[in-house]
Amino acid sequence: MSTKVLVPSGVLGLGFNEKALEKGLERNPDIICIDGGSTDSGPFYLGTGTTKYSEEICKQEWRVLMQARHRLNIPLMIGSCGTCGTNSMVDWMFKLTLEIAKELGQDLKIVRVYCERKKDALITALRSNAIKPLNPILSVNEEEIETFSNIVALAGAEVFQNALSQRADIVIVGRATDTAIISALPLLKKENNGASWHGAKIAECGAFCSTNPQSGVILLEVDKNGFTVEAMAEDAFCSPDSVSAHMLYENSNPFILYEPGGHLDVSDAQYQAINKRQVRVTGSKWIPNQEYTVKLEAAKLAGFQTVMLATIREKYYVDNVVRWTEKLKELGKEKVIANLSLNNCDFDIDVRIIGRDATLGNQEKSFSRDLREVGILVIITASTQKISTQIAAVLNPYLLHLPLQENTALPTFSFPFSPASIDKGELYEFALNHVEILNNPCEGFEFLVNKVRYA
Amino acid sequence: MHSLGSVVEKVRSKNAGPFIITIDIFCKREEIYRKIEASLNKKFLSKYLNVKEGSIKIYLIDNLKVVKVSVDRLFIQGSRFDRDIHGAQLANLISELMIE
Repeated sequence: MSTKVLVPSGVLGLGFNEKALEKGLERNPDIICIDGGSTDSGPFYLGTGTTKYSEEICKQEWRVLMQARHRLNIPLMIGSCGTCGTNSMVDWMFKLTLEIAKELGQDLKIVRVYCERKKDALITALRSNAIKPLNPILSVNEEEIETFSNIVALAGAEVFQNALSQRADIVIVGRATDTAIISALPLLKKENNGASWHGAKIAECGAFCSTNPQSGVILLEVDKNGFTVEAMAEDAFCSPDSVSAHMLYENSNPFILYEPGGHLDVSDAQYQAINKRQVRVTGSKWIPNQEYTVKLEAAKLAGFQTVMLATIREKYYVDNVVRWTEKLKELGKEKVIANLSLNNCDFDIDVRIIGRDATLGNQEKSFSRDLREVGILVIITASTQKISTQIAAVLNPYLLHLPLQENTALPTFSFPFSPASIDKGELYEFALNHVEILNNPCEGFEFLVNKVRYA
Repeated sequence: MHSLGSVVEKVRSKNAGPFIITIDIFCKREEIYRKIEASLNKKFLSKYLNVKEGSIKIYLIDNLKVVKVSVDRLFIQGSRFDRDIHGAQLANLISELMIE
Protein backbone atom coordinates (compact mmCIF):
# COMPACT_ATOMS: atom_id res chain seq x y z
CA MET A 1 0.00 0.00 0.00
CA SER A 2 1.15 3.52 -0.74
CA THR A 3 -0.13 7.05 -1.28
CA LYS A 4 0.55 8.73 -4.60
CA VAL A 5 0.69 12.52 -4.83
CA LEU A 6 0.86 14.18 -8.24
CA VAL A 7 2.58 17.58 -8.18
CA PRO A 8 2.05 19.44 -11.49
CA SER A 9 4.68 22.15 -10.86
CA GLY A 10 6.40 24.26 -8.22
CA VAL A 11 3.71 26.91 -8.33
CA LEU A 12 0.44 27.56 -10.11
CA GLY A 13 1.09 30.03 -12.91
CA LEU A 14 4.60 28.85 -13.73
CA GLY A 15 3.51 26.33 -16.36
CA PHE A 16 3.78 22.55 -16.69
CA ASN A 17 4.11 20.03 -19.46
CA GLU A 18 0.59 18.73 -20.19
CA LYS A 19 1.86 15.48 -21.69
CA ALA A 20 3.76 14.84 -18.47
CA LEU A 21 0.62 15.61 -16.47
CA GLU A 22 -1.26 13.06 -18.59
CA LYS A 23 1.42 10.47 -17.83
CA GLY A 24 1.06 11.25 -14.16
CA LEU A 25 -2.70 10.82 -14.30
CA GLU A 26 -2.29 7.39 -15.94
CA ARG A 27 -0.49 6.33 -12.76
CA ASN A 28 -3.69 6.81 -10.75
CA PRO A 29 -2.56 9.33 -8.15
CA ASP A 30 -4.62 9.66 -4.95
CA ILE A 31 -4.47 13.45 -5.01
CA ILE A 32 -3.17 16.44 -6.99
CA CYS A 33 -1.35 19.08 -4.93
CA ILE A 34 0.13 22.38 -6.01
CA ASP A 35 1.67 25.35 -4.28
CA GLY A 36 0.40 28.82 -5.14
CA GLY A 37 3.01 31.16 -3.72
CA SER A 38 5.89 32.08 -1.45
CA THR A 39 7.64 35.15 -0.06
CA ASP A 40 10.39 34.79 -2.69
CA SER A 41 9.32 37.83 -4.67
CA GLY A 42 9.42 40.15 -1.71
CA PRO A 43 6.97 41.84 0.66
CA PHE A 44 4.83 43.79 -1.82
CA TYR A 45 2.40 40.93 -2.52
CA LEU A 46 1.74 40.23 1.15
CA GLY A 47 1.55 43.96 1.86
CA THR A 48 -1.11 44.49 -0.78
CA GLY A 49 -2.78 41.05 -0.76
CA THR A 50 -2.17 40.56 -4.48
CA THR A 51 -0.62 37.96 -6.78
CA LYS A 52 2.42 38.32 -9.01
CA TYR A 53 1.18 35.76 -11.53
CA SER A 54 -1.09 36.39 -14.50
CA GLU A 55 -4.73 35.68 -13.65
CA GLU A 56 -5.29 34.40 -17.18
CA ILE A 57 -2.45 31.85 -16.94
CA CYS A 58 -3.44 30.74 -13.44
CA LYS A 59 -6.99 30.19 -14.65
CA GLN A 60 -5.87 28.18 -17.68
CA GLU A 61 -3.66 25.95 -15.53
CA TRP A 62 -6.29 25.56 -12.81
CA ARG A 63 -8.84 24.55 -15.47
CA VAL A 64 -6.52 21.76 -16.67
CA LEU A 65 -6.07 20.58 -13.08
CA MET A 66 -9.82 20.74 -12.34
CA GLN A 67 -10.49 18.63 -15.43
CA ALA A 68 -7.82 16.13 -14.33
CA ARG A 69 -9.28 15.97 -10.82
CA HIS A 70 -12.77 15.42 -12.20
CA ARG A 71 -11.67 12.62 -14.51
CA LEU A 72 -10.02 10.64 -11.72
CA ASN A 73 -12.45 11.80 -9.01
CA ILE A 74 -9.62 12.67 -6.62
CA PRO A 75 -9.07 15.78 -4.50
CA LEU A 76 -7.18 18.80 -5.78
CA MET A 77 -5.45 21.04 -3.22
CA ILE A 78 -3.69 24.37 -3.42
CA GLY A 79 -1.94 26.25 -0.62
CA SER A 80 -0.46 29.78 -0.44
CA CYS A 81 -2.78 30.73 -3.27
CA GLY A 82 -2.20 33.99 -5.10
CA THR A 83 1.51 34.30 -4.13
CA CYS A 84 0.93 35.63 -0.60
CA GLY A 85 -1.95 33.50 0.71
CA THR A 86 -3.99 36.37 2.18
CA ASN A 87 -7.77 36.13 2.55
CA SER A 88 -8.19 38.27 -0.59
CA MET A 89 -6.23 35.66 -2.55
CA VAL A 90 -8.33 32.77 -1.17
CA ASP A 91 -11.39 34.71 -2.41
CA TRP A 92 -9.67 35.21 -5.79
CA MET A 93 -8.88 31.51 -6.13
CA PHE A 94 -12.44 30.61 -5.11
CA LYS A 95 -13.81 33.00 -7.73
CA LEU A 96 -11.65 31.42 -10.47
CA THR A 97 -12.74 27.96 -9.30
CA LEU A 98 -16.45 28.87 -9.51
CA GLU A 99 -16.02 30.40 -12.99
CA ILE A 100 -14.27 27.27 -14.24
CA ALA A 101 -16.78 24.91 -12.54
CA LYS A 102 -19.55 26.75 -14.36
CA GLU A 103 -17.76 26.56 -17.72
CA LEU A 104 -17.02 22.86 -17.29
CA GLY A 105 -20.38 21.99 -15.72
CA GLN A 106 -18.95 20.39 -12.58
CA ASP A 107 -20.54 19.60 -9.21
CA LEU A 108 -18.03 20.24 -6.46
CA LYS A 109 -17.50 20.36 -2.74
CA ILE A 110 -15.04 23.17 -2.10
CA VAL A 111 -13.33 23.81 1.23
CA ARG A 112 -11.68 27.18 1.70
CA VAL A 113 -9.29 27.94 4.54
CA TYR A 114 -8.44 31.51 5.52
CA CYS A 115 -5.06 31.97 7.19
CA GLU A 116 -4.90 35.67 8.06
CA ARG A 117 -4.40 36.76 11.66
CA LYS A 118 -6.21 39.85 12.84
CA LYS A 119 -4.07 42.47 14.58
CA ASP A 120 -5.98 42.20 17.87
CA ALA A 121 -5.60 38.40 17.85
CA LEU A 122 -1.86 38.80 17.34
CA ILE A 123 -1.65 41.36 20.15
CA THR A 124 -3.56 38.99 22.45
CA ALA A 125 -1.15 36.20 21.52
CA LEU A 126 1.81 38.51 22.16
CA ARG A 127 0.46 39.42 25.60
CA SER A 128 -0.04 35.76 26.50
CA ASN A 129 3.56 34.99 25.46
CA ALA A 130 2.48 32.79 22.53
CA ILE A 131 4.64 34.67 19.98
CA LYS A 132 8.28 33.56 19.84
CA PRO A 133 11.06 35.14 17.74
CA LEU A 134 13.14 33.20 15.22
CA ASN A 135 16.69 34.04 14.14
CA PRO A 136 17.59 36.64 12.97
CA ILE A 137 15.53 38.41 15.62
CA LEU A 138 13.14 41.16 14.57
CA SER A 139 11.66 43.04 17.46
CA VAL A 140 7.90 43.38 17.61
CA ASN A 141 5.56 45.25 19.94
CA GLU A 142 1.90 46.22 20.05
CA GLU A 143 2.37 49.62 18.37
CA GLU A 144 4.26 48.01 15.51
CA ILE A 145 1.58 45.36 15.03
CA GLU A 146 -0.94 48.18 14.57
CA THR A 147 1.03 49.30 11.48
CA PHE A 148 0.96 45.89 9.77
CA SER A 149 -1.11 45.66 6.60
CA ASN A 150 -1.53 41.88 6.38
CA ILE A 151 -0.56 39.08 8.74
CA VAL A 152 -0.73 35.41 7.78
CA ALA A 153 0.03 32.18 9.61
CA LEU A 154 1.49 29.28 7.64
CA ALA A 155 -0.93 26.37 7.84
CA GLY A 156 0.42 22.92 8.63
CA ALA A 157 -0.60 19.52 7.29
CA GLU A 158 -3.48 19.19 9.81
CA VAL A 159 -5.34 22.08 8.17
CA PHE A 160 -5.31 20.26 4.82
CA GLN A 161 -6.23 16.98 6.54
CA ASN A 162 -9.20 18.64 8.19
CA ALA A 163 -10.39 19.83 4.76
CA LEU A 164 -9.80 16.39 3.22
CA SER A 165 -11.71 14.65 6.00
CA GLN A 166 -14.73 16.73 4.98
CA ARG A 167 -14.56 14.91 1.62
CA ALA A 168 -13.62 18.03 -0.28
CA ASP A 169 -13.10 17.82 -4.04
CA ILE A 170 -11.14 21.03 -4.06
CA VAL A 171 -9.23 22.55 -1.14
CA ILE A 172 -8.17 26.20 -1.35
CA VAL A 173 -5.90 27.28 1.47
CA GLY A 174 -4.29 30.65 2.17
CA ARG A 175 -0.68 30.78 3.33
CA ALA A 176 0.70 27.32 4.11
CA THR A 177 4.10 25.68 4.18
CA ASP A 178 4.96 24.30 0.74
CA THR A 179 5.44 20.85 2.21
CA ALA A 180 2.22 20.72 4.26
CA ILE A 181 0.13 20.73 1.05
CA ILE A 182 1.87 17.59 -0.19
CA SER A 183 2.50 15.71 3.07
CA ALA A 184 -1.10 16.01 4.32
CA LEU A 185 -2.64 12.97 2.60
CA PRO A 186 0.31 10.56 3.06
CA LEU A 187 0.35 11.49 6.77
CA LEU A 188 -3.43 11.07 7.00
CA LYS A 189 -3.08 7.59 5.52
CA LYS A 190 -0.42 6.76 8.14
CA GLU A 191 2.46 6.45 5.73
CA ASN A 192 5.92 6.89 7.21
CA ASN A 193 5.93 10.41 8.64
CA GLY A 194 9.60 11.20 7.93
CA ALA A 195 9.12 10.05 4.35
CA SER A 196 5.88 12.05 4.00
CA TRP A 197 7.62 15.29 4.95
CA HIS A 198 10.86 14.60 3.14
CA GLY A 199 9.06 13.52 -0.03
CA ALA A 200 6.95 16.66 0.19
CA LYS A 201 10.07 18.83 0.46
CA ILE A 202 11.61 17.09 -2.57
CA ALA A 203 8.42 17.47 -4.65
CA GLU A 204 7.42 20.97 -3.55
CA CYS A 205 9.15 22.68 -6.47
CA GLY A 206 7.84 20.13 -8.97
CA ALA A 207 10.52 18.95 -11.37
CA PHE A 208 13.24 21.11 -9.77
CA CYS A 209 14.49 17.84 -8.26
CA SER A 210 14.99 16.41 -11.78
CA THR A 211 17.25 17.14 -14.75
CA ASN A 212 14.50 19.18 -16.46
CA PRO A 213 13.08 21.67 -13.94
CA GLN A 214 10.79 23.36 -16.47
CA SER A 215 8.80 20.19 -17.18
CA GLY A 216 7.03 20.59 -13.85
CA VAL A 217 5.31 17.30 -13.15
CA ILE A 218 6.49 14.99 -10.35
CA LEU A 219 4.91 11.85 -8.93
CA LEU A 220 5.60 11.17 -5.27
CA GLU A 221 4.77 7.75 -3.85
CA VAL A 222 5.00 7.44 -0.07
CA ASP A 223 4.67 4.19 1.87
CA LYS A 224 5.35 2.80 5.34
CA ASN A 225 9.14 2.74 4.88
CA GLY A 226 10.11 5.56 2.55
CA PHE A 227 9.20 7.33 -0.66
CA THR A 228 9.87 7.15 -4.37
CA VAL A 229 10.05 10.23 -6.54
CA GLU A 230 9.76 10.22 -10.30
CA ALA A 231 9.68 12.94 -12.97
CA MET A 232 6.81 12.52 -15.44
CA ALA A 233 8.16 14.32 -18.53
CA GLU A 234 9.86 12.11 -21.12
CA ASP A 235 13.08 14.11 -21.00
CA ALA A 236 13.23 14.57 -17.22
CA PHE A 237 15.30 12.24 -15.07
CA CYS A 238 15.81 11.92 -11.33
CA SER A 239 19.09 10.79 -9.79
CA PRO A 240 20.14 10.48 -6.13
CA ASP A 241 22.16 13.68 -6.67
CA SER A 242 19.37 15.69 -8.31
CA VAL A 243 16.92 14.59 -5.59
CA SER A 244 19.14 15.05 -2.55
CA ALA A 245 20.41 18.41 -3.89
CA HIS A 246 16.87 19.74 -3.65
CA MET A 247 17.10 19.55 0.16
CA LEU A 248 19.64 22.40 -0.16
CA TYR A 249 17.50 24.61 -2.33
CA GLU A 250 16.20 27.73 -0.58
CA ASN A 251 16.86 25.96 2.71
CA SER A 252 19.43 27.45 5.06
CA ASN A 253 20.09 24.13 6.83
CA PRO A 254 20.47 21.18 4.43
CA PHE A 255 19.64 18.51 7.04
CA ILE A 256 16.80 20.01 9.04
CA LEU A 257 13.48 21.47 7.93
CA TYR A 258 11.25 23.11 10.55
CA GLU A 259 7.54 22.59 10.01
CA PRO A 260 4.41 23.20 12.07
CA GLY A 261 4.49 20.62 14.87
CA GLY A 262 8.05 19.39 14.52
CA HIS A 263 11.01 19.07 12.24
CA LEU A 264 12.33 16.82 9.53
CA ASP A 265 15.85 15.42 9.91
CA VAL A 266 17.39 13.95 6.76
CA SER A 267 20.92 13.45 8.16
CA ASP A 268 20.61 9.67 7.81
CA ALA A 269 18.53 9.56 4.63
CA GLN A 270 19.61 7.10 1.96
CA TYR A 271 19.03 7.89 -1.72
CA GLN A 272 19.01 5.02 -4.17
CA ALA A 273 18.43 5.03 -7.94
CA ILE A 274 15.79 2.48 -8.98
CA ASN A 275 16.30 3.45 -12.61
CA LYS A 276 17.11 6.72 -14.34
CA ARG A 277 13.66 8.13 -13.60
CA GLN A 278 12.96 6.92 -10.09
CA VAL A 279 14.81 7.52 -6.85
CA ARG A 280 13.97 5.71 -3.63
CA VAL A 281 14.59 7.47 -0.31
CA THR A 282 14.56 5.91 3.17
CA GLY A 283 15.84 6.85 6.60
CA SER A 284 14.26 10.33 6.89
CA LYS A 285 13.08 11.13 10.40
CA TRP A 286 10.26 13.30 11.71
CA ILE A 287 10.80 14.66 15.20
CA PRO A 288 7.60 16.03 16.74
CA ASN A 289 7.78 19.13 18.88
CA GLN A 290 6.05 19.44 22.24
CA GLU A 291 4.56 22.77 21.29
CA TYR A 292 2.64 23.15 18.03
CA THR A 293 3.92 26.30 16.36
CA VAL A 294 3.09 27.99 13.06
CA LYS A 295 5.27 30.57 11.36
CA LEU A 296 3.89 34.08 10.98
CA GLU A 297 4.48 36.53 8.15
CA ALA A 298 3.55 40.19 8.06
CA ALA A 299 4.23 43.19 5.86
CA LYS A 300 3.94 46.83 6.75
CA LEU A 301 3.86 50.00 4.71
CA ALA A 302 7.32 51.54 4.89
CA GLY A 303 6.86 54.57 2.64
CA PHE A 304 6.36 55.57 -0.96
CA GLN A 305 8.94 55.59 -3.68
CA THR A 306 9.89 57.43 -6.85
CA VAL A 307 12.66 56.17 -9.12
CA MET A 308 14.78 57.93 -11.71
CA LEU A 309 17.29 56.56 -14.14
CA ALA A 310 19.98 58.46 -16.03
CA THR A 311 22.82 57.05 -18.10
CA ILE A 312 26.26 58.59 -18.51
CA ARG A 313 28.55 58.03 -21.48
CA GLU A 314 30.91 61.01 -21.08
CA LYS A 315 34.34 59.64 -20.15
CA TYR A 316 35.23 62.22 -17.53
CA TYR A 317 32.02 61.62 -15.61
CA VAL A 318 32.19 57.85 -16.02
CA ASP A 319 35.75 57.88 -14.65
CA ASN A 320 34.69 60.06 -11.72
CA VAL A 321 31.24 58.59 -11.17
CA VAL A 322 31.66 57.82 -7.45
CA ARG A 323 32.65 61.42 -6.67
CA TRP A 324 29.87 62.67 -8.91
CA THR A 325 27.16 60.60 -7.19
CA GLU A 326 28.45 61.73 -3.76
CA LYS A 327 28.05 65.34 -4.90
CA LEU A 328 24.63 64.59 -6.38
CA LYS A 329 23.44 63.13 -3.07
CA GLU A 330 24.95 65.90 -0.97
CA LEU A 331 23.64 68.85 -3.00
CA GLY A 332 20.37 67.06 -3.66
CA LYS A 333 19.73 66.50 0.05
CA GLU A 334 20.60 70.10 0.93
CA LYS A 335 18.20 71.44 -1.69
CA VAL A 336 15.41 69.06 -0.69
CA ILE A 337 15.75 70.06 2.98
CA ALA A 338 15.85 73.77 2.09
CA ASN A 339 13.11 73.84 -0.54
CA LEU A 340 10.64 71.26 0.75
CA SER A 341 10.98 72.01 4.49
CA LEU A 342 11.90 68.41 5.27
CA ASN A 343 14.23 66.94 7.84
CA ASN A 344 17.07 64.62 6.95
CA CYS A 345 15.23 61.69 8.53
CA ASP A 346 12.03 62.24 6.50
CA PHE A 347 13.38 60.76 3.31
CA ASP A 348 16.06 58.55 1.74
CA ILE A 349 17.87 59.16 -1.52
CA ASP A 350 19.61 55.96 -2.56
CA VAL A 351 21.87 56.29 -5.60
CA ARG A 352 23.09 53.08 -7.25
CA ILE A 353 25.71 53.04 -9.96
CA ILE A 354 24.76 50.47 -12.59
CA GLY A 355 27.95 49.13 -14.12
CA ARG A 356 29.85 49.44 -10.86
CA ASP A 357 28.20 47.97 -7.76
CA ALA A 358 24.43 48.33 -8.16
CA THR A 359 23.88 44.61 -7.53
CA LEU A 360 26.15 43.89 -4.57
CA GLY A 361 26.63 47.33 -3.01
CA ASN A 362 29.32 47.34 -0.35
CA GLN A 363 29.86 43.60 -0.80
CA GLU A 364 31.33 44.22 -4.27
CA LYS A 365 35.04 43.42 -4.62
CA SER A 366 35.83 43.85 -8.26
CA PHE A 367 35.95 47.26 -9.93
CA SER A 368 36.86 47.85 -13.54
CA ARG A 369 38.95 50.90 -14.37
CA ASP A 370 37.65 50.94 -17.87
CA LEU A 371 33.90 51.44 -17.86
CA ARG A 372 32.40 52.80 -21.07
CA GLU A 373 29.11 53.93 -19.55
CA VAL A 374 27.21 53.77 -16.27
CA GLY A 375 23.58 53.95 -15.23
CA ILE A 376 22.53 56.08 -12.28
CA LEU A 377 19.51 54.61 -10.54
CA VAL A 378 18.02 56.99 -7.98
CA ILE A 379 15.51 55.53 -5.53
CA ILE A 380 13.67 58.02 -3.37
CA THR A 381 11.66 56.92 -0.34
CA ALA A 382 9.41 59.25 1.66
CA SER A 383 6.34 59.08 3.87
CA THR A 384 3.89 60.05 1.10
CA GLN A 385 3.88 59.70 -2.66
CA LYS A 386 3.47 63.45 -2.98
CA ILE A 387 6.68 64.15 -1.05
CA SER A 388 8.58 61.46 -2.91
CA THR A 389 7.46 62.90 -6.27
CA GLN A 390 8.45 66.39 -5.14
CA ILE A 391 11.92 65.20 -4.10
CA ALA A 392 12.40 63.70 -7.56
CA ALA A 393 11.40 67.02 -9.10
CA VAL A 394 13.99 68.83 -6.96
CA LEU A 395 16.71 66.32 -7.93
CA ASN A 396 15.84 66.30 -11.63
CA PRO A 397 18.03 69.26 -12.73
CA TYR A 398 21.01 67.85 -10.80
CA LEU A 399 20.64 64.41 -12.30
CA LEU A 400 20.53 65.99 -15.74
CA HIS A 401 23.15 68.74 -15.44
CA LEU A 402 25.32 68.57 -12.31
CA PRO A 403 28.94 69.55 -13.10
CA LEU A 404 31.71 68.03 -11.00
CA GLN A 405 33.80 71.20 -10.92
CA GLU A 406 32.81 74.82 -10.63
CA ASN A 407 33.11 77.10 -13.64
CA THR A 408 32.93 74.34 -16.22
CA ALA A 409 30.41 73.83 -19.00
CA LEU A 410 27.20 72.23 -17.83
CA PRO A 411 27.11 68.57 -18.75
CA THR A 412 23.82 67.04 -19.92
CA PHE A 413 23.35 63.39 -19.14
CA SER A 414 20.98 60.97 -20.77
CA PHE A 415 17.41 60.41 -19.60
CA PRO A 416 15.94 57.33 -21.27
CA PHE A 417 12.32 58.47 -20.91
CA SER A 418 10.00 61.38 -20.31
CA PRO A 419 8.98 62.04 -17.63
CA ALA A 420 12.35 61.20 -16.13
CA SER A 421 10.86 59.97 -12.87
CA ILE A 422 8.45 57.12 -12.16
CA ASP A 423 6.26 56.97 -9.08
CA LYS A 424 6.68 53.43 -7.86
CA GLY A 425 3.95 53.61 -5.24
CA GLU A 426 3.98 51.89 -1.85
CA LEU A 427 7.07 50.28 -0.36
CA TYR A 428 6.28 47.36 1.94
CA GLU A 429 8.69 45.62 4.28
CA PHE A 430 8.56 42.26 6.03
CA ALA A 431 7.84 42.85 9.68
CA LEU A 432 7.79 39.48 11.47
CA ASN A 433 10.16 36.56 11.88
CA HIS A 434 8.21 34.73 14.55
CA VAL A 435 6.17 31.65 15.33
CA GLU A 436 2.92 31.44 17.21
CA ILE A 437 2.22 28.63 19.66
CA LEU A 438 -1.23 27.14 18.99
CA ASN A 439 -3.47 25.09 21.28
CA ASN A 440 -4.44 22.94 18.32
CA PRO A 441 -3.15 22.88 14.71
CA CYS A 442 -6.32 24.43 13.26
CA GLU A 443 -6.61 27.25 15.82
CA GLY A 444 -7.16 30.59 14.12
CA PHE A 445 -7.68 29.08 10.66
CA GLU A 446 -11.17 29.69 9.31
CA PHE A 447 -12.87 26.93 7.29
CA LEU A 448 -15.69 27.56 4.81
CA VAL A 449 -17.43 24.71 3.00
CA ASN A 450 -19.47 25.13 -0.18
CA LYS A 451 -21.27 22.70 -2.44
CA VAL A 452 -21.71 23.99 -5.97
CA ARG A 453 -23.79 22.37 -8.71
CA TYR A 454 -23.22 23.23 -12.35
CA ALA A 455 -23.54 19.75 -13.91
CA MET B 1 45.87 30.41 -8.24
CA HIS B 2 42.49 29.64 -9.76
CA SER B 3 39.09 31.16 -9.25
CA LEU B 4 36.88 28.92 -7.10
CA GLY B 5 34.23 28.97 -9.84
CA SER B 6 36.64 27.48 -12.37
CA VAL B 7 37.40 24.36 -10.30
CA VAL B 8 33.94 23.45 -9.03
CA GLU B 9 30.82 22.24 -10.85
CA LYS B 10 28.72 25.25 -9.88
CA VAL B 11 28.09 27.87 -7.23
CA ARG B 12 24.57 29.13 -6.65
CA SER B 13 22.95 31.37 -4.09
CA LYS B 14 19.30 31.98 -3.24
CA ASN B 15 17.15 33.59 -0.60
CA ALA B 16 16.10 31.13 2.09
CA GLY B 17 13.16 33.12 3.38
CA PRO B 18 13.33 36.93 3.68
CA PHE B 19 16.23 37.07 6.14
CA ILE B 20 18.88 34.60 4.97
CA ILE B 21 20.84 33.95 1.78
CA THR B 22 22.21 30.47 1.27
CA ILE B 23 25.16 29.66 -0.99
CA ASP B 24 25.73 26.13 -2.35
CA ILE B 25 29.16 25.19 -3.70
CA PHE B 26 28.90 21.97 -5.71
CA CYS B 27 32.52 20.74 -5.70
CA LYS B 28 32.03 17.49 -7.65
CA ARG B 29 35.60 16.23 -6.99
CA GLU B 30 36.64 14.99 -3.57
CA GLU B 31 39.99 16.80 -3.47
CA ILE B 32 38.35 20.09 -4.43
CA TYR B 33 35.66 19.54 -1.79
CA ARG B 34 38.33 19.00 0.87
CA LYS B 35 40.34 21.98 -0.30
CA ILE B 36 37.36 24.35 -0.28
CA GLU B 37 36.12 23.01 3.03
CA ALA B 38 39.56 23.77 4.50
CA SER B 39 39.88 27.23 2.97
CA LEU B 40 36.48 28.66 3.87
CA ASN B 41 36.05 29.58 7.50
CA LYS B 42 33.68 31.93 9.27
CA LYS B 43 36.28 34.55 10.06
CA PHE B 44 37.38 34.86 6.47
CA LEU B 45 33.82 34.80 5.09
CA SER B 46 32.73 37.42 7.59
CA LYS B 47 35.35 39.82 6.25
CA TYR B 48 34.95 38.85 2.62
CA LEU B 49 31.15 39.03 2.52
CA ASN B 50 30.92 41.91 4.97
CA VAL B 51 28.55 40.02 7.29
CA LYS B 52 28.67 39.31 11.02
CA GLU B 53 30.63 36.22 11.91
CA GLY B 54 27.83 35.08 14.20
CA SER B 55 25.37 35.05 11.33
CA ILE B 56 27.41 32.60 9.23
CA LYS B 57 26.68 28.89 9.19
CA ILE B 58 28.75 26.42 7.20
CA TYR B 59 27.42 22.95 6.38
CA LEU B 60 29.25 20.08 4.72
CA ILE B 61 27.20 17.65 2.67
CA ASP B 62 29.60 14.78 2.06
CA ASN B 63 27.47 12.67 -0.27
CA LEU B 64 26.97 15.60 -2.68
CA LYS B 65 30.42 17.13 -2.04
CA VAL B 66 28.69 20.41 -1.35
CA VAL B 67 29.90 23.17 0.95
CA LYS B 68 26.90 25.24 1.99
CA VAL B 69 27.18 28.69 3.52
CA SER B 70 24.13 30.48 4.96
CA VAL B 71 24.38 34.13 5.99
CA ASP B 72 22.00 36.80 7.24
CA ARG B 73 21.10 39.33 4.57
CA LEU B 74 22.61 42.81 4.84
CA PHE B 75 19.11 44.17 4.34
CA ILE B 76 15.83 42.31 4.78
CA GLN B 77 14.51 41.10 1.43
CA GLY B 78 12.73 43.88 -0.45
CA SER B 79 13.39 46.56 2.18
CA ARG B 80 14.47 49.99 0.95
CA PHE B 81 18.22 49.35 0.73
CA ASP B 82 18.04 45.76 -0.51
CA ARG B 83 19.61 45.35 -3.96
CA ASP B 84 18.88 41.77 -4.90
CA ILE B 85 15.49 40.36 -3.93
CA HIS B 86 16.39 36.73 -4.69
CA GLY B 87 20.01 36.96 -3.54
CA ALA B 88 21.18 34.87 -6.47
CA GLN B 89 23.97 37.24 -7.54
CA LEU B 90 25.91 36.87 -4.28
CA ALA B 91 27.20 33.52 -5.59
CA ASN B 92 29.47 35.43 -7.98
CA LEU B 93 31.58 36.72 -5.09
CA ILE B 94 32.28 33.15 -4.02
CA SER B 95 32.93 32.05 -7.61
CA GLU B 96 35.51 34.79 -8.01
CA LEU B 97 37.47 33.86 -4.87
CA MET B 98 41.03 32.93 -5.77
CA ILE B 99 42.22 29.66 -4.27
CA GLU B 100 45.49 27.77 -4.56
